[in-house]
Amino acid sequence: MGKKINRREFLKIAGASVGGLLLTAGAVTASGKEEVRPFKPVTDGYAMLYDATLCVGCRACQNACRRANNKPAELDPTGLYDAPNDLSGDTWTLIKLYKSEDGQTWSFVKRQCMHCIEPACVAACPLGALHITPTGAVAYDKNICFGCRYCMVSCPFGVPRYEWDTTTPYIQKCDFCTSNGRLDRGEPPACVEACPTGALVFGTRSELLAEAHQRIEAHPDRYVDHVYGEHEAGGTHALYLSGVPFEDLGFPQLDEKPLPESIKIPLDYAVPSIIVGMTTFSVAAYLVTRGEEDKS
Amino acid sequence: MTVSAKTISAQRTLSWGRMLLWGLALWGLVAAIYRLTNGLGASTNLSDGRPWGLWISIDVLAGIALAAGGFTIGAIVKIFHMKRFYPLLRPTILTAFLGYVIGAASIFFDLGLPWRIWHPLVYHNLHSPLFEVAVCVMTYTTVLALELSEVVFEGLGWRTLRRLVGAIMIPLVILGIVLSTMHQSSLGTLFVLSGWRVSPLWRTGFLPLLFFLSAVAAGLSMIIVEANLAARAYHKKLDQPLLAELGKYAAWVLLVYAIIKAATFVMSGGLAALGENLWLTLLFLVEVIVGVLIPLVMLFSARVREDRHLLFRAAFLVAFGVLLNRFNVSLFGLKGVAYVPTWAEWGITLGMMAGAILFFDFMVRHFPIFEKGH
Repeated sequence: MGKKINRREFLKIAGASVGGLLLTAGAVTASGKEEVRPFKPVTDGYAMLYDATLCVGCRACQNACRRANNKPAELDPTGLYDAPNDLSGDTWTLIKLYKSEDGQTWSFVKRQCMHCIEPACVAACPLGALHITPTGAVAYDKNICFGCRYCMVSCPFGVPRYEWDTTTPYIQKCDFCTSNGRLDRGEPPACVEACPTGALVFGTRSELLAEAHQRIEAHPDRYVDHVYGEHEAGGTHALYLSGVPFEDLGFPQLDEKPLPESIKIPLDYAVPSIIVGMTTFSVAAYLVTRGEEDKS
Repeated sequence: MTVSAKTISAQRTLSWGRMLLWGLALWGLVAAIYRLTNGLGASTNLSDGRPWGLWISIDVLAGIALAAGGFTIGAIVKIFHMKRFYPLLRPTILTAFLGYVIGAASIFFDLGLPWRIWHPLVYHNLHSPLFEVAVCVMTYTTVLALELSEVVFEGLGWRTLRRLVGAIMIPLVILGIVLSTMHQSSLGTLFVLSGWRVSPLWRTGFLPLLFFLSAVAAGLSMIIVEANLAARAYHKKLDQPLLAELGKYAAWVLLVYAIIKAATFVMSGGLAALGENLWLTLLFLVEVIVGVLIPLVMLFSARVREDRHLLFRAAFLVAFGVLLNRFNVSLFGLKGVAYVPTWAEWGITLGMMAGAILFFDFMVRHFPIFEKGH
């Protein structure tokens, strides 16, 4: 084999590959800016406000959700009651009861997807199966998902659940009544419509925030002075009022930074730099050390 | 030009070790069938409170880090022209390829809908670190297969194809370096987005950098470990000065890793978390003392590097430290419910490893893995 000719060949191809890689890098960065489908935050989308002080724990919301979204009941041992313990592959929302240790204070709390303005699950999903709809809801396309479950690992509220007991499992979580068409028709989600006490209210996020603050102002004795979801993780579309501390109800303490922001630097800046930098470095190293080849 | 591996071929015996490997592979096969026919819930102990388990920690995270020797040795031999390392190139490319195949296969079994594993080719979320990992791992496994095909074509005597692959080898190696830097670091980015779940002992925004550096150190160390194991298995002479030099490079990478790990640990408030949870603190101390500091001191000593057994032990500790680190980040220190893998989870993991060793042995017997190429 003619070694010298080969090396020149190599060089040519190496040069071409550098060009190719640079183009790819450019394309990736450019398309990263245009790609909006899964990740376009909605500023004032539809929201719901849950007022724990008004909730009587009737669980009409829970049953309405099952009917609207075709989810089977999770029966208790007697087989008479629908009694889910937690969110699950069959349960998108449920009412839980919090009781303090001395039993003196208690509160109901509704568990469901928080519909973050900038959701970690949507940033996590490699395929864009989880996405933000134009109404602000976080919805799921089961035809795209391949079941990596990274959304479950990254959601700080522990909302996405999996259908562990089937051979064709999908992610299950509240989609704000998007897939059943209610939200697109402008109807409130089934759970809100079913609520008999007004503990659940539907509206735009700004309307409901104003409403929530009004309630706190009108009855400061009744509420913890905090609207959960106003700022947490950059804000959510599910907003909460409570008479007991939110930690007691199982809500995590989060700062105002949206979770996807934590990966902006490694993903949007470091990756293109790696592509350009490592290619340049490798080609340069190849050229510089070419003369110092070991005898072997 | 066609070099066969007759000398090694002659030593074929049905030893206890070989039977054990076939047994594990069979266990893996049964487990794989069970997993695919009965679903994730029936075959694993994964749950809503522990969505990722053994397969992600050992086969994907640790396995891919330990297989980083493939791109580093490629860079050393083909890019930096240090041809004296050539004897290590082929066996390392082969083990790296097997490592990535195991990683990809375990992702296949871990996916809820495995037959959709090709979806990243069609559906893209460019903002997801996992998308980047998926695309890089797919591409890089192909790159490793092409790098390895040179050996296969050489063994088969297919000279035209052999020359064709040879002609694009340098761009392939460069592509391998770029892709590896990308996905080795992005595996760390996975746990930046889900940082709230990671124990403060390991939680830092610098995880991508730490994952990359530790992968390079582990990759270099694994070359040393595997060279020792291969020398024993095939009664080959060990080129100790060559491995010693590799050990020195590993030492420097490990030093940079240790400094950045220490700095980011203090910066992100890890000190305050020490002792908060005794079990995690213990795991952390074992990782940094046994897996980083002791091998660091060892590898910087020329006496250790020149001693076959001591260098092997130091390199083994580095690999162990990185393996433990990946488990600490993704399993032990990751918030979730208690979890013990099932027989099927162990079966698939151990079976694939056994299968990889058997395949390595097959390749060594039939293709010029240890022979000098051109």
